[in-house]
Amino acid sequence: MIRSELIQMIAEENPHLFQRDVERIVNTIFEEITEAMARGDRVELRGFGAFSVKGRDARTGRNPRTGEAVSVEEKHVPFFKTGKALRDRLNGEG
Amino acid sequence: MGEKTLTRMDLSEAVFREVGLSRNESAQLVESVLQHMSDALARGEQVKISSFGTFSVRDKAARVGRNPKTGDEVPISPRRVLTFRPSHLMKDRVAAGNRN
Repeated sequence: MIRSELIQMIAEENPHLFQRDVERIVNTIFEEITEAMARGDRVELRGFGAFSVKGRDARTGRNPRTGEAVSVEEKHVPFFKTGKALRDRLNGEG
Repeated sequence: MGEKTLTRMDLSEAVFREVGLSRNESAQLVESVLQHMSDALARGEQVKISSFGTFSVRDKAARVGRNPKTGDEVPISPRRVLTFRPSHLMKDRVAAGNRN
């Protein structure tokens, strides 16, 4: 499933809404999650999962092509942990 | 930097501000989005949201685990797990936003 298919499904369920409003609704949801993580906040969606930011320490990496050592700065990366209800559903429990 | 936790309520509040539906309908729409994504994943489909990231379902084979406390061997049944791969755009925004 891709973003446009998700928008299509929501639009079909909500014939009273304009397609462009459904687009804005779906885009707002994903934008809000990304903005929260860019601020360092967590987004916890019970049953679905939680988005958070993890810190990665600075390290000495290596250019895989040349083998040259390069210093990689400390950075922050997005992380998602699946919620229990969804995890159980994937395994046919519930 | 943050450390606040947002919930469904914050997402529906954002939808309410952005589109001007009722709070109740905004909350229902947030719920349907999560529901459709969960349904697709439960069917084993990949969910690909451009400029956000990709959720995929992976099959893990059965293996023998060990109870770390007692050292006993315990069989771990095959299972499906969900992985999320953030898009480059999201990675860049999260890295830039959290830089000291």
